[in-house]
Amino acid sequence: MSPQLEIQLIAVIVAVACSIPGVFLVLRKMAMMTDAITHTILLGIVVVFFIVEDLNSPFLIIGATLVGVLTVYLVEILNKTDLVAEDSAIGIVFPLLFSIAIIIISKYAGSVHLDTDSVLLGELAFAPFDRLIINGLDIGAKSIYSMGIILIINALFVGFFFKELKIATFDSGLAAALGFAPTLIHYGLMTSVSITAVGAFQAVGSILVIAFMVGPPITAYLLTDDLKNMLFISSGVGALNAILGYQFAALVDVSIAGSMALATGLTFTLVFVFAPERGIVTVLRRRKLQTVDFAAKSLLFHILNHEGDENEWLENGVDTIYNHLNWKRDFLDDIVAKLKREKIIVEKENILKLTEEGRKYTISSYEDIVSSFKI
Amino acid sequence: MEALKIFFSDYTIQIVSMGSALLGIVSGVIGSFAVLRKQSLLGDVISHAALPGIALAFLLVQIKDTNILLIGALIAGLLATGAVRVIDKYSRIKFDSALGLVLSVFFGGGLVLLTYIQKIPNANQAGLDKFIFGQASTLLKKDVYTVLIVGAIIIFMVLLFWKELKIVSFDPEFSDSLGISSKKVSFIISGLIVASIIIGLQTVGVILMSAMLVAPGVAARQWTDKLSIMVLLASVFGAISGLVGTIISSSIQSMPTGPSIVIVVSVIVLISISFAPNRGLVWRQIREMDSAKQINEDKVLKSLYELAINHKDPYHSHPISVIKPIKTKGGKKTKQLESILLALKKDGYVEVEGGNNWFITRDGLDYINNHPILKEE
Repeated sequence: MSPQLEIQLIAVIVAVACSIPGVFLVLRKMAMMTDAITHTILLGIVVVFFIVEDLNSPFLIIGATLVGVLTVYLVEILNKTDLVAEDSAIGIVFPLLFSIAIIIISKYAGSVHLDTDSVLLGELAFAPFDRLIINGLDIGAKSIYSMGIILIINALFVGFFFKELKIATFDSGLAAALGFAPTLIHYGLMTSVSITAVGAFQAVGSILVIAFMVGPPITAYLLTDDLKNMLFISSGVGALNAILGYQFAALVDVSIAGSMALATGLTFTLVFVFAPERGIVTVLRRRKLQTVDFAAKSLLFHILNHEGDENEWLENGVDTIYNHLNWKRDFLDDIVAKLKREKIIVEKENILKLTEEGRKYTISSYEDIVSSFKI
Repeated sequence: MEALKIFFSDYTIQIVSMGSALLGIVSGVIGSFAVLRKQSLLGDVISHAALPGIALAFLLVQIKDTNILLIGALIAGLLATGAVRVIDKYSRIKFDSALGLVLSVFFGGGLVLLTYIQKIPNANQAGLDKFIFGQASTLLKKDVYTVLIVGAIIIFMVLLFWKELKIVSFDPEFSDSLGISSKKVSFIISGLIVASIIIGLQTVGVILMSAMLVAPGVAARQWTDKLSIMVLLASVFGAISGLVGTIISSSIQSMPTGPSIVIVVSVIVLISISFAPNRGLVWRQIREMDSAKQINEDKVLKSLYELAINHKDPYHSHPISVIKPIKTKGGKKTKQLESILLALKKDGYVEVEGGNNWFITRDGLDYINNHPILKEE
């Protein structure tokens, strides 16, 4: 396999592995926990490194994962005192653990290659150089296998505990009542996030881990209301971002991880603007339609209400009605023109009058509104 | 002592610690509002989002001028804040997810630009990435002036809009109803947060700046319920951590400044949430023990009271084995019961006779009869 293909394969595996726990993080309003975990795992790596003195030891992964879970635990302890809000707790815990890691590195690791920049930024381009060789046989880049295993673990975790995760995410009270131990599920999920972050940051850097864990899930969140679909869509979007990002990076020769984060932003923006139900175009158009509809009905009720009054010429007069509704003249004229086009109102001797059809429409919409208030 | 000697003799350390202390004051003041508005993590986002701004500014002017780069960072920071706000307002995506997305996408964009810049043959570009990761030890006198000037402007703005900032931080709907646009004031707050983070980037770096914004405010919050005192305390805490952190880092070999400041400010937070009067954990523990003791005493007295009214002679004494409260909090051991009875005796509610026989006094009967919960029948 060519290095280019291998890089893309690794990136796709990382993207899918990240978006699976990412979906639950986003739904549980814990997206910024990824930011914290991706930084604090450095402490676990540093501490274990000084014990075993080997950068390839599997204990590094275990230590880093434990520190990731510890981060979540510390944040919760702080939050449970009721003295510190959750976001502030994150903002205190993760810089502290990260600082401790940096101090240890700069004090004792001057000669060792443990660069904080490379941890944060990652270098995907180097991933294919780290080969997995068994019995002298080169069977591909190591990251493919390590991330592949993590992907399988995540998929199995979500597959086996799908029902539990779903209930614990949307209604943790119900989950507890049904005996599903929401705390256990919570920490299971956090362990999965932590392992994924640990496995991925060596390959792609922590910033891209955040992009992969948050970006595709929220993109999918705008496209579906179904948890299963959300998992599939976000995995697909993640893979797409990885490939798009790589192609762009290869084309202009810039940072691969950065390009993938940019691609994440791009696909999200497209969906955010054009999504059929929840895109900003649809949302704004719906809000506009609702404004016009509401205004038209208010106008019709006003006309109906003053129909046949002695003040009708003043209340419903073409040149005076906007005073009584307290609207801007232009806005009123637009609404009046629209209603005239629809033959709901007509103008007679400078007074706005309902047509026969218009009266029926007004009364029926009035009754609709009133009946909706009845319980 | 050694540290202080170094401090007073070394010009560089004086400059660096001055810069860090100033920064601590500014971030403490504006961070208080971020903490109260539950926007603590906005600082983290802005400090990451500054990277593409710095890179673009450099691309445009091709010189590494601090002020121009800072302006680029400022614009990028404001754009990032705006993006978070738009996502939060126009979709069902939660605030924290919006933060995570904007942080990573902006930073990714910055990485792309940085790698692009590295390809341009321009000797100036070296060290551009160091700019955002911060190196307090390289602070120059003119950088301190930048912090001083921008910081003075920020604090002046806070004082100028004090009333508006206060009301919008606590009750944005109320402020709208008074005709103070919470939208505009929020924009001002965001702008001030962005500005204070940008001037801090060079000193403590991108990751640690978010701690400088959050921690002093959180610590100060524990000591008071008054905004003015909180802001004042936060600035003091910020200054102390900047100063002490720098001195520690200069007196211990190969101790980085930024992390050392973060450790100091974290210790201040820890002390505050433990020992602050009223809110602190220690005080809460003492209060809980006090009320547990009160409840225990009430229960024992009530038990004696019931024995008394079920007896011909209300002042007849009962051996301790009879006086068993139904449920004494913390167990029913005789020893504990004795100490509770002694405490009650001190208050004059019970008396003892013939070694270990106890009876309730007139005062004790009155106490139960006047008690809002215990009295019955």
